[in-house]
Amino acid sequence: MEKTVNQKAWFLVLPVLLLVAFSAVIPLMTVVNYSVQDTFGNNQFFWAGLEWFKEMLESDRMWDALGRQLMFSGIILAIEIPLGIFVALNMPKSGFWSSFCLVLMSLPLLIPWNVVGTIWQIFGRVDIGLLGYTLDALGINYNYTQDILAAWITIIVMDVWHWTSLVALLAFAGLKSIPDAYYQAAKIDQASRWKVFRFIELPKMMGVLMIAILLRFMDSFMIYTEPFVVTGGGPGNATTLLSIDLVKMALGQFDLGPAAAFSLMYFLVILLVSWVFYTVMTNLDKKGM
Amino acid sequence: MAKITLDNLAHSYLPNPASEDDFALKELNHDWDDGAAYALLGSSGCGKSTLLNIISGLLHPSQGRILFDGKDVTHAPTAARNIAQVFQFPVVYDTMTVHDNLAFPLRNRGRDEAYVAERVQEIARMIGMEDMLKKKARGLTADAKQKISLGRGMVRKDVNALLFDEPLTVIDPHMKWELRTQLKKLHHDFGHTMIYVTHDQTEALTFADKVVVMYDGRVVQIGTPEELFERPEHTFVGYFIGSPGMNVIPARIDGNKAYVNGSYVQLAQGYKPLDGKVEIGVRPEFARLSQSEGLPVKVRRIEDVGRHKIVRAEFFGTDINIIAGEDDHVSADMNRVTFDAAHVNVYANDWRVPGEAA
Repeated sequence: MEKTVNQKAWFLVLPVLLLVAFSAVIPLMTVVNYSVQDTFGNNQFFWAGLEWFKEMLESDRMWDALGRQLMFSGIILAIEIPLGIFVALNMPKSGFWSSFCLVLMSLPLLIPWNVVGTIWQIFGRVDIGLLGYTLDALGINYNYTQDILAAWITIIVMDVWHWTSLVALLAFAGLKSIPDAYYQAAKIDQASRWKVFRFIELPKMMGVLMIAILLRFMDSFMIYTEPFVVTGGGPGNATTLLSIDLVKMALGQFDLGPAAAFSLMYFLVILLVSWVFYTVMTNLDKKGM
Repeated sequence: MAKITLDNLAHSYLPNPASEDDFALKELNHDWDDGAAYALLGSSGCGKSTLLNIISGLLHPSQGRILFDGKDVTHAPTAARNIAQVFQFPVVYDTMTVHDNLAFPLRNRGRDEAYVAERVQEIARMIGMEDMLKKKARGLTADAKQKISLGRGMVRKDVNALLFDEPLTVIDPHMKWELRTQLKKLHHDFGHTMIYVTHDQTEALTFADKVVVMYDGRVVQIGTPEELFERPEHTFVGYFIGSPGMNVIPARIDGNKAYVNGSYVQLAQGYKPLDGKVEIGVRPEFARLSQSEGLPVKVRRIEDVGRHKIVRAEFFGTDINIIAGEDDHVSADMNRVTFDAAHVNVYANDWRVPGEAA
């Protein structure tokens, strides 16, 4: 059969190209543009080369924010992934209660970010919040506006509350896809509960867990709204995560150049970590874990 | 190794079974002799797997008891029953090597490593996977995986029974023969009680000493392959076993004659008057085409299957099959059929009626 060659077919991808250009490429290039220039207002720009990048790399402020960010993402992953798996393992597998649990767990996922922030902001207040008031009444010193530890605990618990459901739902889907015969064979082989988890459930969930970890990592690494609403980045700079700092710099101080350089490096970090993560996970997967 | 006794056993998947139809497995009493090889034969959904899962303890029966060597194990968990079971679709532990997969049941029971290694080697030789022991089980073909499952089933020597739930479905035909032979040899060497579920009659007949035929949640006949062939106790057995199956023809019985549409077929024995749906059953092997004797048939087509010819014909509005020898001459004017009287069985409401001496 002879192949038909028709270069006009390229026009068919044109809509996609345009869409991607306007939604991703052009905005990104604007940022690149800002990152290599300086301005004193009036829409006058001067070439600055890599000056901003250098400045940002040498600034403690960015490194501190990155450190806090990594700590935040690390802690929430370390809590949400095992907790999500645990919840999924203990959910009813079928029937009314299964659907009930699924709906119940989807609820936090449906609440807008700033509402979640507001809920916890009020919930944790010592004067009117249920949590803050109760803790205070119990004699525990809890004040997230002044105490660094309390602030961290609040934003972490909030994130766990908001997103563990996602991990649990994904893990549950993974568990549901395991045929009964596996459990039956395990019983025949007299495998302990731990071995069933280690050799059947975990390997079968690996695919979805990988997606869950990746999603949760990226999402938490870019988190802005919730901690901003609750703590505003404080006390001091204690909960100023990367994107909060970035917004302060770009809109608060109107340092467009440094902020642009900052966001590009931020973007690269996310890209790099995701890529490393993905490569490691797929390799593990190939080797059969 | 143990004798397995089913006592008044029945199972329904519904919480409150109302009528007999609600039972996937109808009331059943049976002893599985220690050390015998059984095949559980029946079409899909007839309760074979249900029965197997009850024996292995994966399912608890809604009524009745199950005993191993007289000891009640009805509510004992699978682990306590010391049973090996192989499933229809391969179950392997993906992240383990082939070796670890085979060793798994032994290690879980705390056997020492030297014994495990020796046993795994033995089994690997049996299933022909000695050179793959170090490989991960993930990524193997379906048949290799199923061989591992079989191997895991056979690795323990001291099991009470070995249960197979259509284990060779995913294996290709030439390997099927080999594995089936291995299973027979294993049975011969170690004398485990084996129950082999299948819907393939050839598999059942070649594997087992005794074949248990199930139909609609009920055991309809237990017997040697020969008994199933000669004296099917239920029309389903006649129809299901044999290729093609037994001809079942509606008839009226009077003494030692069966009347079909006014003409009669001679029977070897006499029968009392029968009620309900009365039929005679005769295997195609015991029917013969003829020019002059017997009852009229309309031959529709003849299939030559190599060893013999199958004649498809119409007999008073019922389809019947007749087997003619490869060298038998079949001509256009042969439009009558005779039956071998000794092999004509009489059925009332699908169950065989024993005759009285004529």
